[in-house]
Amino acid sequence: MENYDLIVIGGGPAGLAAAAAARENGVENILVLERDKEPGGILNQCIHNGFGLHTFQEELTGPEYAARFIEKVEKLDIPYLLNTMVMDITEDKIVTAMNREKGMFQLSAKAIILAMGCRERSRGALNIPGYRPAGIFSAGTAQRLVNMEGYMPGKEVVILGSGDIGLIMARRLTLEGAKVKVVAELMPYSGGLKRNIVQCLNDFDIPLKLSHTVVDIDGKDRVKSVTIAEVDADGKPIPGTEESYCCDTLLLSCGLIPENELSKNAGVALNPVTSGPIVNDALETSVEGIFACGNVLHVHDLVDYVTEEASNAGRHAAAYILKGAATDTRRISITPADGVRYTVPSCIRPGHMEETLTVRFRVGAIYKNSSIVTCFDGEPVNRRRRPVMAPGEMESIVLERKTLEKYPDLKEITIRIE
Amino acid sequence: MYHDIIIIGAGVVGCAIARELSRYEADICVLEREEDVCCGASKANSAIIHAGYDALPGTLKAKFNVLGSQMMPRLAAELDIPFRPIGSLVVRTKDQPETLLEELLERGQKNGVPKLRILEQEELRRLEPNLAPDVVSALYAPTAAIVCPFHMTIAFAENACVNGAIFHLNTTVDRIEKAASGYDVHTDQGIFSGRVIINAAGVYADRFHNMVSADKLHITARRGEYQLFDKTAGNHVSHTIFQLPGKMGKGTLVTPTVHGNLLVGPTAEDTENKEGTNTTLEGLSSLAARASLSVVNLPMRQVITSFAGLRAHEDSGDFIIGEVSDAPGFIDVAGIESPGLSSAPAIGAEVAGLAAELLSLKKKQDFVSTRTGICRPSELSLEQRNDLIRKQPAYGNIVCRCEMVSEGEIIDAIHRPLGARSLDGVKRRVRAGMGRCQGGFCSPRVMEILAREVPMDMLAVTKSGGRSGIVCGYNKEL
Repeated sequence: MENYDLIVIGGGPAGLAAAAAARENGVENILVLERDKEPGGILNQCIHNGFGLHTFQEELTGPEYAARFIEKVEKLDIPYLLNTMVMDITEDKIVTAMNREKGMFQLSAKAIILAMGCRERSRGALNIPGYRPAGIFSAGTAQRLVNMEGYMPGKEVVILGSGDIGLIMARRLTLEGAKVKVVAELMPYSGGLKRNIVQCLNDFDIPLKLSHTVVDIDGKDRVKSVTIAEVDADGKPIPGTEESYCCDTLLLSCGLIPENELSKNAGVALNPVTSGPIVNDALETSVEGIFACGNVLHVHDLVDYVTEEASNAGRHAAAYILKGAATDTRRISITPADGVRYTVPSCIRPGHMEETLTVRFRVGAIYKNSSIVTCFDGEPVNRRRRPVMAPGEMESIVLERKTLEKYPDLKEITIRIE
Repeated sequence: MYHDIIIIGAGVVGCAIARELSRYEADICVLEREEDVCCGASKANSAIIHAGYDALPGTLKAKFNVLGSQMMPRLAAELDIPFRPIGSLVVRTKDQPETLLEELLERGQKNGVPKLRILEQEELRRLEPNLAPDVVSALYAPTAAIVCPFHMTIAFAENACVNGAIFHLNTTVDRIEKAASGYDVHTDQGIFSGRVIINAAGVYADRFHNMVSADKLHITARRGEYQLFDKTAGNHVSHTIFQLPGKMGKGTLVTPTVHGNLLVGPTAEDTENKEGTNTTLEGLSSLAARASLSVVNLPMRQVITSFAGLRAHEDSGDFIIGEVSDAPGFIDVAGIESPGLSSAPAIGAEVAGLAAELLSLKKKQDFVSTRTGICRPSELSLEQRNDLIRKQPAYGNIVCRCEMVSEGEIIDAIHRPLGARSLDGVKRRVRAGMGRCQGGFCSPRVMEILAREVPMDMLAVTKSGGRSGIVCGYNKEL
């Protein structure tokens, strides 16, 4: 069995940035395993621009952004295997993988970084009633067909869900000549970025119907029509509000689910809110030496934040590999409260944390003129005013090591919206 | 085109009959309107081989169910069909009289179901910790089993095909006329003449029967909606859990599937629409409550897909099997609702025997009784698997990441007898697209493999044949 210091599962933006950071922090023996035929992950099909504003202060397309990290990984001489599926990961960090050339093989690692990304919620998981014809696509599948393979999924389109991929695809399909008739969103607010609502829907006069969902799909062979209806406060369709749209295509952009089947096999504990691993300030999971970053950890809006998080994971994995496991066992938990759905990380090792720690989180509803309140053992210590916060946009606070040092008995940090 | 025997319908019953008939020296053809076998009720049901205690003694349902159940273990081995005799429990809640279970036990014993017994609270809870608190006892039938209905139907069809039966897919029967010797079956692909016609047309069997007989049948499509759960929920129960039967069927069951998922359903709603395989808001939202009468803590967030099947319910309530009295040479196999899947092996043997007698057919010397299914690499040892990949590297390339299906399996599914020609055809054979992402990642890749292997144009690749094309053109063409 081949031994590595670090195996990175996934060669998308998270995996590439994590591998690069680990190498820059002194890890020699690294391998990246990627299931697709090229590195770069989902960015390869995101041919729109808007990537890299934070990381590079310029506006790149997805493939351009990915290319920067592919070049970096190649320059750093980090090997990667393509078309290679990881079949299993164990708690003692044995990775079973398979490809055409090597067959099924096992590798061992001192540390593993999970960077497998996420998948889209399917029609079945949404319990949308009706027939099951051709013409129902997740927005990402349609994006791959159009942007990478050059095929049009349909001519007349209804989109359910206002997640960013759905919004981007509304514009893309319109530019390719299709008619996007409506975007329906179950929630009373959009799940996507404000800039995407403006640039992808408003600019093309595509109506967005909030508090609406699909209640029927007609068509035995191919989609013929889709019926949407308004929903009440509990998300239940209101009888009499049904509207039918003739169309041949229904795109679903109803949320992303971190792909943690491998993590579960390795015994990694998951957070039921994010469906991603529970991690500490080093982005280390409940299994020592297994780290996580990117959309497998929690779903991000911006790849720039994925890069930042993944670099942190790479650096922390390097510290683990080169310096060994954490010795100080004191922990401070970070608990989401009123209006905050989750936080990443969910605990801090005060004896090992870096100078600053960015805690990322999402709110559960739209808040206007509200404050993010940070409490130490129940006492508010920081209050930051925000004009607007929405579930579709990730929020963050920064904790400083020197502040925490002033609270040697601190047990719990709470973050809430007020 | 002239044939000794024409079978209308390539569902599990039509295919079981074709397989049994292919033991004889005869010219057999099967007409199917869909692009694949197993496209009607056979693909959308509970996937259960019932033990046989439900049907009233003396009915055809009782007879063929018990016989079919007895035949299944051997058939599963012969034809490489995924089959697991996990046993079933019919549970009684505290507000239901004890006599109901005893009646069912007695009925089962009369029908010849082996090893039935009633389990009391303690043993029951030990077997199934997730039973509802109100459940007090259950009828245990250890011979009940779960099966893959797709593989069962496809195995019959492939084996029939290898033994000489000819399948005409994409062939819709319009009308049937009495001819000088036998019948002329008019289809959208021309006229097929046969000495014996076997009507295994599911919900449409009444229509074809009524074309040749004055003694009319009436079949109602009875819709059953189901929800399928992720494999992480597959161990929620370890037996098939039935509720006490009512007049619309056996209530809502909760069962593991042979592939490791959890299945909940069906509802039961009569519809006049014989194409009405749509799920409904009411149906889907009622399933959790219906199932909770017998099983609690169902992880509803783990549902990965829903579907509906149409059971062919004939007014008489029993199967109708045999030569039609005023239409010699025309054999009905109609009203095959539950336990149709369980009965299919026995119906196949019975009907093949009937037809063979009518035509005085002789058995073949060279009948091939076994079939090897598509290789399941996950069941191989590491050495065997790597051997396979060395010989055929496509087995090392995973296409469906949820179900871990390799390109090699998909290629085999396309190239074997009656091979897959659509995404759904591939899905039923090797499960690519059957997992938690429901084809989100693998469908473009399966399309490419179909286009390359069949071969066909990408624009011609369909979900399920006919006008179910997936992409409508190239970019910039609209």
